[in-house]
Amino acid sequence: MTDPGTIVIVGGGHNGLVCAASLARAGRKVLVLEAADQVGGAAVTREFSPGFRVSSGAHLLHALDPVVERTLKLASHGLAFARTGLNTVALGAGDPLILNGAQVLAGEVSATDRLALAQYVSRQRRYAALLARQHGRIPSRLGAGFSVIRLFGGGANNRITENPAPMPWSLAKFAFDLRRLGRADMRELLRVGTMPLYDLLEDRFENAQLKGALALDGVLGARLGPRSGQTFFTSLQRAGAYGLPRGGMGTVTGALAIAARAAGAEIRVSSPVASIRVATREDGGEHVTGVVLESGEEIAAVTVVSNADPKTTFLKLLGARHLDAEFVRRVQHFRTEGCAAKLHLALDGVPQFRGVPSAQLGERVIIAPDLGYIEAAFNPAKYREFSPAPVLEITVPSLHDPGLAPPGKQVLSAVVQYAPCDLAGGWDAGRPRFLAATLDVLTRYAPGLRAQILDAELLTPVDLEREFRITGGHWHHGELALDQFMMLRPVQGAAQYATPLEGLFLCGAGSHPGGGVMGSAGRNAARVVLAGRRT
Amino acid sequence: MNRYDVIVVGAGHNGLTSAAFLAKAGLKVLVLERNPWIGGAAVSRALHPGWIYSNCSYVCSLLRPEIYRSLDLARHGLQIAPYGGGLTFTRDGDFIGGYADKDVRRREYARHHARDADAYLRYSRDTMRQCRFIRSLLMRTPPDPTSFRLRDLREMLHLGREFAKLGETTMGETLRFYSMSIADYLAEYFESDIVKAHHAGSGIIGTALGVHSPGTAYVLLHHYMGDVDGQMGSWGFARGGMGAVSKSIAGALQSFGGEIRVDAPVARILVRHGQVGGVVLQNGDECYADVVVSSLDPKRTFLRLMEPGDLSPDLVRKAREFKSRGSSGKVNIALDGLPSFPALGRGHPLIAGDMHFLDTLERFERAYDDWKAGTWSKDPYLDLLIPSMTDPTMAPPGKHFMSVFVQYVPHQIGGRDWTEADRAAFRETVFDQIARYSPDFRKLVLHAEVRTPHELDQEVGLTEGNIFQGELTFDQLFFNRPFPGYAQYRGPVRGLWLCGSATHPGGGVMAAPGANAAREILRDLRRPSPVPEGWSDD
Repeated sequence: MTDPGTIVIVGGGHNGLVCAASLARAGRKVLVLEAADQVGGAAVTREFSPGFRVSSGAHLLHALDPVVERTLKLASHGLAFARTGLNTVALGAGDPLILNGAQVLAGEVSATDRLALAQYVSRQRRYAALLARQHGRIPSRLGAGFSVIRLFGGGANNRITENPAPMPWSLAKFAFDLRRLGRADMRELLRVGTMPLYDLLEDRFENAQLKGALALDGVLGARLGPRSGQTFFTSLQRAGAYGLPRGGMGTVTGALAIAARAAGAEIRVSSPVASIRVATREDGGEHVTGVVLESGEEIAAVTVVSNADPKTTFLKLLGARHLDAEFVRRVQHFRTEGCAAKLHLALDGVPQFRGVPSAQLGERVIIAPDLGYIEAAFNPAKYREFSPAPVLEITVPSLHDPGLAPPGKQVLSAVVQYAPCDLAGGWDAGRPRFLAATLDVLTRYAPGLRAQILDAELLTPVDLEREFRITGGHWHHGELALDQFMMLRPVQGAAQYATPLEGLFLCGAGSHPGGGVMGSAGRNAARVVLAGRRT
Repeated sequence: MNRYDVIVVGAGHNGLTSAAFLAKAGLKVLVLERNPWIGGAAVSRALHPGWIYSNCSYVCSLLRPEIYRSLDLARHGLQIAPYGGGLTFTRDGDFIGGYADKDVRRREYARHHARDADAYLRYSRDTMRQCRFIRSLLMRTPPDPTSFRLRDLREMLHLGREFAKLGETTMGETLRFYSMSIADYLAEYFESDIVKAHHAGSGIIGTALGVHSPGTAYVLLHHYMGDVDGQMGSWGFARGGMGAVSKSIAGALQSFGGEIRVDAPVARILVRHGQVGGVVLQNGDECYADVVVSSLDPKRTFLRLMEPGDLSPDLVRKAREFKSRGSSGKVNIALDGLPSFPALGRGHPLIAGDMHFLDTLERFERAYDDWKAGTWSKDPYLDLLIPSMTDPTMAPPGKHFMSVFVQYVPHQIGGRDWTEADRAAFRETVFDQIARYSPDFRKLVLHAEVRTPHELDQEVGLTEGNIFQGELTFDQLFFNRPFPGYAQYRGPVRGLWLCGSATHPGGGVMAAPGANAAREILRDLRRPSPVPEGWSDD
């Protein structure tokens, strides 16, 4: 029987672990319940074929919250990098284009395009930095004005929140931050913030391969094409440098688990939670009393923080009957249709991509040769079909991190789009066909690849859904669109990590600031929990 | 004397509106029009003996009532008669009627899908709420959000307060609404394909977007935020065709002493020492004024009518990047009688309303895919009306004028100009669509005028044929329209102003851009302004 003062964290994904470590360091008793046999959620390393290990979910680290990394001392708990600052090798009909940030390392790129690239990347970085400054802030509630009551916390609904700043204040702060970038930058962001990347790139650049490479950043992980609005905004989420953790993404979550345990948190794996228990008070209000595991074991707790995605949390674990109809409707409309698949190949040797120097084979190789190709890959997804000619983001991490594969062999990990989770006809039938289409595209650029394949695994969104227990197999727990962003993420009423149910909190990618292996959501959620009343 | 207080370039409805208000304020105004007729895209053309075609815009809803009253347009001949509702045909021989009466509409929706009928009330209420909010912004000059000037800070504060008045939930819903695709928005209310499809057209008309594209829910507002006789969201016909709108504004202008010259294309705007001096016509004549107002789009205004030396390279680039891709076409038809629509049955009232033929969102999206691929939609979205059912002046007795708006139609086919063969094939695509639902349609066709974005560009002066004089996406709306920093009607050179639909609040026959521009000009000249401001709640 656990002490009800224990805080239960449902799900040991990276955000749940950050939350656990933060709460434990503040002296709270914490219990993390993870359904799988290892922690990490979608940031894990798994042996997908005997002797071959791969980051089976996220495979590139580019947005780890520096505050998390520093305060939890992850380096001392084993986090190290096999490679940082990966180049992007953009494959095309001719020679590949090799980029790193604003630099063109190889490829026929005109002087005008080089200059345009420098300006584009520099601006992107400034905007991304501006957005990143919001990561550690709890989004203000719309309508939270300068009320004295709110300023001092509490209020009629007894909602426990660390008080986010009143809305007008945080809006003014954001506007001021933006204005400090300079008038031209501010105007440009207000202009391009919702623009399709296609339009912006066509205006600025000539080189088709370059445009394709830049556009990919706006659509990876999203159900959008370059011609869709808001793709400039989504591209800002990927403005950081790409790194390969040594040992795969599991090293990051492994280090987080060590940090959490070192702070006193308890982590239990193979402990799937079936439901969240709720009791009614005398005054009619409901509150959390604990969780029930699938095994039937009951764990008492008055504070439960869920690392599961919002739909799973509210609709499956909690149940719609404990929420008002309008809130349930909003949660149901939270868009969570994953569109990305993961390809893992166990290879008999180093894959030879045409025209790519051997020193670059271990970098971030992409197949997105031009804007039209990406848009053509996206179109079928709207009709619940997969792309006959998909786009790919490929890494061969074993080249920098030999421990991932047996001697002389290699592991290839690729994100493949577009693979709509609601495929017409179902993924059981679709998987082999999509795998074939993906390998066709790959072998177009690496003709000898097929002969090297020892084993192949394609995780479609339904597989990702099953394996990582994320609704829709969506690695951000829900689309990162402007209408599902910040104080609207995941829905109004649950956008500040607290939920309408007293004692229940969210801490995953379905909350601000969204997905990517970041840890900010976990950190913010911990602050909110700590600021609440003690029971 | 060829000297005036104000010269307006282009006699489209916005140019005429600006001119009328400026003349009403006591200024000596000249409007110069390239074509032999006035009206821009709000015109009535006699293209077939005995018929009048509203061959560009065809229905009226968005004309601001404040402007209507202030310019006394009724006295100058404008009469707008509402038509009641519309419908979408289904491929299995049925249709769904969008009746104007809410209860009738509910019963009709319930015939197709019971839950959607109930959801319709919620949809209507929420959408109208969005309309009310945006209407309050139409007749105001946008603020400059990067400026610390008092007027801009005050306007930002005003907007903030209007927004905050919505309350927390609606504020969130509004933010979501402006960001969403119309498909996602409709999915929050409706389940059936047919109901969604019936409402989806309004989200993509005139756009370079598909129903699944973020930002299309907003476009819906352009089709609901107007009113006829106070009934918000309704549409009507101008008696005599859309040209009556322009003619009545021209009448108002002339009643205030303003002058209009047709067949007078402007070749260049004169700029001397950083100040406009007037214009030069193509025939060499010069007209002088310290204020020149262009109702043309920014590309034509800045890239054709001005010397590059008069403008900063940054402005030239902005004008080049301004997006006005055409995506719509039209077929205007003289009919020898009323075609029958078997699914409707004889004498059905909705034959006087707007008719549509796409019954699933997938068909809409595939139509968009065709446009992206550089051709017209092979299964296009049609917005079909028979104005002569309501307005007998459009055609001889017993005969009819049919207006068919088509989405999507590209400005060029795969990067090259339209050929006669293309035009004929496009016409057949449209006719095929109609004939599928009206077997006797083809044999009633006496004359058909086929219009693609090319005609809109060449004849009407809308660059690349975008019907809104510039796409309605947030990067080109409100304080970004036409470009950031130039969204308050003032041009880059002293004395130069913009007043067309490429300024706030954008396209549609609203006359609001023209009125707002006039207000700014009069404010700049420190003259009392007769231009209404803000929105009057009817």
